[in-house]
This record gives sequence, C-alpha cells and structure tokens, in this order.
Amino acid sequence: METLQLLQLGEHGWGDQLLSGLWVTLRLALTSLPIGLALGFLVATVLMSRNRALKSLAIAYTTTLRGLPELLTLFIIYHGAGLLLRQVLNWINPDIGYVELSPFVAGVVALSLVFAAYSAEVIRGAWQALDKGQIEAAQAYGFSPWLVFRRIELPQIWRIALPGLGNLWINLIKDTALVSVIALNDLMRMAGIAVGATKQPFTFYLTVCLMYWLVCLSFEVLLGRAEKRASRGLKTLGGH
Amino acid sequence: MISLALEYSDKLLMGMWVTLQLTLIPVLLAACFALPLAVLRRKPNLWVQAPIRLFVSFFRGTPLLAQLFLVYYGSGQFREELSALGLWWFFREPIYCALLAFTLNSTAYQIEIMRGGLQSVNVGEIEAGLACGMTPLTLHRRIILPNAYRIAFPALGNEVILMLKGGAVASVITILDIMGHTRRAFSQTFDINIYFIAAILYLLITTLFVLFWRTLEGRLNHHLNRPEQRTVIAARGVTAVN
Amino acid sequence: MTMLSHLKKLTAIAVTLLASSTIWAQSTIRLGTEGAYPPFNYYDSNGQLAGFDIDIGNALCEQMGVNCVWVAQDWDGIIPALMAGRYDVILASMFITDRRMEQVSFTDPYQASAMTFVGHKSANITDVSPAALAGKTIGAQGSTTQGDFLEAQYPDSTIRLYPTQDAVNLDLANGRLDLQAGDIIPMVEWLQTQEGSCCERVGELITDPEYVGYGVGMAVRKNDDALRERLNAALAAIIENGVYDEINNRYFDVNLLTLE
Repeated sequence: METLQLLQLGEHGWGDQLLSGLWVTLRLALTSLPIGLALGFLVATVLMSRNRALKSLAIAYTTTLRGLPELLTLFIIYHGAGLLLRQVLNWINPDIGYVELSPFVAGVVALSLVFAAYSAEVIRGAWQALDKGQIEAAQAYGFSPWLVFRRIELPQIWRIALPGLGNLWINLIKDTALVSVIALNDLMRMAGIAVGATKQPFTFYLTVCLMYWLVCLSFEVLLGRAEKRASRGLKTLGGH
Repeated sequence: MISLALEYSDKLLMGMWVTLQLTLIPVLLAACFALPLAVLRRKPNLWVQAPIRLFVSFFRGTPLLAQLFLVYYGSGQFREELSALGLWWFFREPIYCALLAFTLNSTAYQIEIMRGGLQSVNVGEIEAGLACGMTPLTLHRRIILPNAYRIAFPALGNEVILMLKGGAVASVITILDIMGHTRRAFSQTFDINIYFIAAILYLLITTLFVLFWRTLEGRLNHHLNRPEQRTVIAARGVTAVN
Repeated sequence: MTMLSHLKKLTAIAVTLLASSTIWAQSTIRLGTEGAYPPFNYYDSNGQLAGFDIDIGNALCEQMGVNCVWVAQDWDGIIPALMAGRYDVILASMFITDRRMEQVSFTDPYQASAMTFVGHKSANITDVSPAALAGKTIGAQGSTTQGDFLEAQYPDSTIRLYPTQDAVNLDLANGRLDLQAGDIIPMVEWLQTQEGSCCERVGELITDPEYVGYGVGMAVRKNDDALRERLNAALAAIIENGVYDEINNRYFDVNLLTLE
C-alpha cells in the first residue's frame, strides 16, 4: 500500500515526476533517432564510395565510436563540445556572451553520433546484400541512378536493415539513461531524486526498470509489425 | 596531454585492471550459465521456456545503469533481511554488486547468442551423428556444441566488447575503473584531455581484443578454410536472433 | 563580403541552432545549485528546488531587485558550468578554498564552515587519526573539500567518493561505509533524521583552512566583480535587516554565521 502511495500522481507521490522523466527520456530518444539515422545513411554512403580518403575517415569514425564506452562519449561531448562551441563563438564575435551546450543537446549529439556509427554498419551490410541483377535490370530499363536508388535499392535496404536498426533503436532508448549522469532530468534521474527524498531505492529503481522494459517491449511489438510490413511481397522460405 | 597521462599513469593502470576484472569475470561466469539456459530455452515446455524468456527480456529491455542501481542501491533497502540471510557481506561491496549486475546482464545476452548458435547447427550433421549411434551427450560434445560455439563466436566477441564498454557505468557507484579514475581526475583538474586519454586506453583495449579474437576465430575455422572470416564489432543484439 | 565573414555567419547560424544561446538581460541572474544537499538545497516531493540556499538566494534577489532563475547542476560539474556560463552564481553551500579561488571568485561568507567525521554506531570508532582509520572504508561526496581532505590525509584507508551527499548518507546508514567526512551542519541535521539515527559524530571538528577554507560563499566568474559586489551588498543587507536570521531559524537551531 505504502509503495502505491509513493508512486501515485500529485502532491504526495512521485508518479508525475517519474512520468515527466519518462517524457524527457522519450524526447531524447526520438530526437536522436532521425539525426542518427540520417547521419548513419551518410556515413554508409561514404563507406560504400570509392573515395579512399573519405572512406578511411568514415571507417575511423565508426571504429572509434563503437569502441568507446557510450558514457565516455557523452562526457567528451558534454565537457569538450561545450568548450569548442564557446571558442568558435568567441572567434565569430568576442562579445557574444555566454553560450552553453545544454545536457539535452549534449545527449542528443552523443546519442546520435553513436547511433550513426552503428547504423552505418548495418546499412552498409544491407546495401552489400542487394541483388545486383535487379539493379542491372533497372538500368537496362533506363532508370536514372536516383530512380534506381529510390525504387529498387532503398526499399530493400530498409527491409534488410530493419531488424538491425530496430535493435539499435532499443539500445538507443536504453542508452538515454546514461544522460542522467550529466544532469538531465530524465526517467533515471527522477528516480534518483525520488530515492533521495524517500529512501526507497529498490522501489523506485525497480519501477523505472519496469517502465523502461515496458517502453522497449512496446517498440519491439511495433518493430515486429514494421518488419512484417517491409517484407510484404517477399516470398517466404517455405513458399506457397 | 603526455604529462597529464604520466601524472595519472599509476591510477589509470589500476583502473585498467579493475576494468578488465569487471569485463572478464561477468562474461566468463555468464558463459557458464548461458549454455545450459540456452539449451533449456529451446525446450518446447512452456514452464521451462517462459521464465528464461522473461529473464532474457527483462535484462535486455532495461538499461544496465538501472540494473546496477537496482542491485546496488536497491539491496540497501533490504539490508536487515540480507544480513539475516548472511548475504549482506556480498552486497556491501560495490564491486560485487557490479559483478552481479553485469553477470546477470551478460547471461541474458549470451543466452540469446547461444540460442542462435544452437539453432543454426546443420541438421544434417546432427542426423549423421545420430546415425553413427552417438548418445545425446556425445552428440552435444562432439557435434552440436563445437558447431554452436563456432557459429556464435563472433557474437560472443562482441558481447565481451559491449561488456567492456557498458562496464564504465560502474564508475557511478564509486568503483575506480578507468572511467572512475578519469572522472575523479577531471574533477580535480577540469582538464578535458584526461577524457581523451581514457578514450585512447579504451580503444587500445578494444583493438587488441578484436585482433586476439580474430586470430582465435581463424584457428577455430582453420579446417573450413574460408577465404574471409571477420569479426565485426556489431551492435548488441544485431547478431542475436530474436 | 569575404569568404571568411560568410563562413562566420554560417557557423554562427549552425551554432545557434545547436546551442541554446543565452544572452540574457541584465535584470535576470541565474543561480546555480545542486539540488541534492538537504537541507541546503534539494528537491521537495513536488520536484521543486527548496532549502536554505534557495531561500537565501531568493532573498538576495529580492534585495537586489532582480529576477532570478534557478539552474540545477551536478556537483561534479558545478564549477565548470559556472565558467561556461550556464549560470552566473553558484549558491550551493560551497566552501571558499584557495584551490577553488584559482578558478572562481567568492563573495563574503554566508555560513561559517567546519567538517566532521560521522561514524556508524556499530563501528565504535573514537579515534579519527589516519593511523587509527587505516583499512577502514570512508565515504564522502566527490569534488568536495572533504573528498580532497580524505584523499590527502588518509592514504591507508579506502576512500569512496559519491556523486551526491544523499548517496553517501545512504551507504553509511547501510553499513557499506565505516564512516564519512562531511560538512558539520548537514551532518548534524542528518543525524537527527531517522536514517541518520544509525550514526554518530566522532572526533573533533575539522577546521584546517587548507581544506575547510574560509567559510561558505557564493562563487562567481573571476571577471564578474560587479556581480560579486552586488551580492556582497545584498548579503550584508539581509543580515542587517533580519531576513537572514529568519531564514536561518526556519531550518536550523544554530546560527550558521557563528555556528553557535
């Protein structure tokens, strides 16, 4: 009973604080996803290109970002990028005053960079798995390169890469918890604040675990549907 | 940056040792638990399957940081009960809490990896073994497990790297791994370079490990004589089959 | 138009999109605090900042006739964020020490400072000399004077540094720590709570200015002398007109300026 009181909404419970934290968590993840995905596509394109210099740059990027702890990346962005930003701004206009990289922006930048590094590998893998015959067939029909990309390549890259990207999306949601360490009032930090006031760590950390779990499970269900949809029109192994 | 690295070299080396412990011990313990659980996970009996699926889903569906806080701070809420059970000495130490949380987490991931490996063993080979009159134990020892481990090998390597990286959250519960020493040094110097030094250390460890794992994999697959075998640091779960 | 100025403009646009540019009006002052250090600054059950520091800050702003905005920041990064301009003043019960003065300027003290050891009753510790505490596990909040003090003076003890004071208290109460070093006032306050009943003060007050500093002050950026002077004047005024005492008595039995 006591536990339920702690978690209820309103004056006496921490329910609304936890929900507001969840909202920050979701916003953080949903903002990072499109940025990370777009960047991932870009990096994958470079990985597939013939330009050696650009290619090794892209390889260095994906290797580094995937080899570093996400927590460390976050600290480097939060402390380092803030510093860089101020230096750049002071170079533009010395009287500009103070500028900060908010924890939210730092979180979005760090999470997008990590997501991009992983997703670039997934997208490249999917790209390489494409049936070359189809592309040749399309070219034979006089498709422009852009049309080939849009009509033949993209839908199939999407289909092949979707399970991998789905896993990355789940990881992204979980990685948002790290941002609590740099003072963003996300779900994890709200739980920490509640623990400070109530001295009930197990209750609150279990609750946030269950909340994260629920979010991840919901997205897994959605992803399952999306995968089915992306694979429509594809013959299954058994065949009909 | 070099003078900073030298100044903190002792501490960073100690941190490196803790980081290695926090990576290898959970991964090895989890490897012991994961195999039998993965075998059980494939049994059709729902009563056997369901708890394992629930365990795997929970630990893969929640952040490692939250799991760590649940074990570390959460156990404090039950100190009296744990003391009565004679278990408090274990939960008292941050490092044991971290090892426990990481082991549970890694077990969940490795169950999925091994399940995928077991699933992918060539049916023909199993049939051949049966035809030779192998007992189930011999069949596992000679055919299923070697093949399952060979198939799962790259994914297991990824799991080690993910544990190495994910383990950095241990610094949040006062453990002085590489990350812990780095954060402490930063709070004393406010010098951003200390983070870059830590980044180089982590990259060094991951690179060395990837090279080591690739060599091992080459040995393992020597008889297959495939032209190209590569370990790719893939995203957690990418290689696992859902 | 040169290339360079175009580049500058473009970068400026990009950077403005990235960062929340904060060029604020003169009449608004941003106060940075931690929010995890009861009863000085903490979140109440409505998720609002409250506590002695908060009340003092609001009284100072009223005295100066300016709007104030509170910004919460983790202790670890509380000085870097001030220097970065996330806020203009740190009002978070921070000790004035020589080392911190290398980076920021402090106002006159608004509390006196001293540290104490607090031990678990079951540990039965009476002697707090480094030799007596060898092998013991001592906790403190990280990036604090007590953390520096422990690391410098107690090399043979296991020192654990936590992100928040709450976390230190929790682990001392749990028996994960044998004792902790903390600021006297919050320690005395905490010992009166149910959680703190596990523990007791041990040893003499620690007043070594190398670690304890010269009282508790508000920190501003080094070049911000004007703001420092305004804060000093406002502080003197609220001490003079009794507002300080009124806030003091809301939270504490002792006077924080005299520790009496």
